[in-house]
Amino acid sequence: MKSDALWLRAQVIKAVRDFFWERGFLEVETPLLIPANAPEEHINPVFTTSSWQLQTSPEICMKRLLSAGHQSLFQISRCWRSGERGSRHLSEFTMLEWYRADCNYQNLMTDSEELLQYVVEICRPDSRCFGYKDITINPCAPWERITVQESFSRFGNRDVWDCLRKGLYEEILTSLVEPALAGFAAPVILYDYPAELAALARVKPENKNLAERFELYVGGLELANGFSELNDPLEQRRRFEEANAARSCAGHAVLPLPEPFLYTLGVMPDSAGIALGIDRLVMLTAGVDSIDEIVAFTPEEL
Amino acid sequence: MYTVADLKKGLKIILDGDPYLVIAFDFVKPGKGQALYRTKMRNMINGSLLDRTYRSGESFESANLEERTMEFLYKEGDHYTFMDQQTYEQVVMEEEALGDAKNYLLENLKAEVMLFGEKAIGISLPNFVNLRVTATEQWAKGDTSGNDSKPATVETGYVLRVPPFIEEGELIVIDTRTGEYSTRVKG
Repeated sequence: MKSDALWLRAQVIKAVRDFFWERGFLEVETPLLIPANAPEEHINPVFTTSSWQLQTSPEICMKRLLSAGHQSLFQISRCWRSGERGSRHLSEFTMLEWYRADCNYQNLMTDSEELLQYVVEICRPDSRCFGYKDITINPCAPWERITVQESFSRFGNRDVWDCLRKGLYEEILTSLVEPALAGFAAPVILYDYPAELAALARVKPENKNLAERFELYVGGLELANGFSELNDPLEQRRRFEEANAARSCAGHAVLPLPEPFLYTLGVMPDSAGIALGIDRLVMLTAGVDSIDEIVAFTPEEL
Repeated sequence: MYTVADLKKGLKIILDGDPYLVIAFDFVKPGKGQALYRTKMRNMINGSLLDRTYRSGESFESANLEERTMEFLYKEGDHYTFMDQQTYEQVVMEEEALGDAKNYLLENLKAEVMLFGEKAIGISLPNFVNLRVTATEQWAKGDTSGNDSKPATVETGYVLRVPPFIEEGELIVIDTRTGEYSTRVKG
């Protein structure tokens, strides 16, 4: 019954909010309608009748707040990505993002573990587990951390660099790696992504081909994406221009650059930030397989 | 023309010249990666299943399928001829494409014929048809063997189980969805 799902949704959001309030994070609201998102090759913003866009993520504004001296921030906000609709996607969805100054992606992995354990404790006090596609996932059991390279060789019997060269990365990830991650009884973290798959992340100091990026999977469902933030404005501008060039080749609109963000990025302290899909977190808490079941209305119902 | 953004369950498209019905669809997009559109499709002519994954930018020809009410005229070998009562246009369907429908086709029966261009690729019959029993054994009164049905042949040559009291020459109603006896036409 949908009213149960909506109650659970409200509980999950409240638990997430309480978690960050208890840890002294500042809850912020940044504008949803903005002149420029971070241009990414495979993310298409929703444009309004003016030239402004709806945010695809609050990251641009959140990082400007880090540059302004704020230490620990979180936001639960609506985001829009054009053309994304499926059993795990809505074009308009709810995102949780949190950022921490003087931290790296390792700290965020620990935060994620604590957050998910907190959510099940509040919202699933009996089972203390998540559910997805008939699988039970216990966030209180030890989490496995696997590098992306290892996941491709272990579950796909392939080299990730080779897959990238041949344009097979997404295919192998979604048809072999993610289904294998569904076999774990606890959440799994994939980390150290090829640098080309992390346009806003810092590369590893000891290996420039890898970025300090990770993804959190629960029952094979991708739940969150976090990284150590790149804070070199020249390098960031170069990557944005590269993304725009790739967009142009693929026939997508070239996007304006977020200039004030680039301007202040040079004074942003070493930080880490992460985005977590609230709708998917509610799906896992409710134990349902479709995002349609945990929103008040789907676009098709409007 | 359709693009990948139009893909959804129930969409009919043309692949390699054949019409396909999309029977399952999912949008897959790993974080920061390219979107994949996973489909499962059924070939509407031979029923075979196909799994295909598409990427953004790909497009498809739409399959224009038309359903028309037509009357069954006659059978010649494996070929069944139907006619549109309005236009007098005739189409021929092969026995293979008819499937179980061939068991109930009696001259002048009206059915919905699915056309792909000029080609008839499917048929949907009324849920119930009346057919006359042409052969069945006499029910011996007082038979206590416990059989509650017996075989009967109807005028199309189809054989089914009927209750023991049905006699040769009687008109019976058959459910075309299950192929089973439904009731007896009284009078």
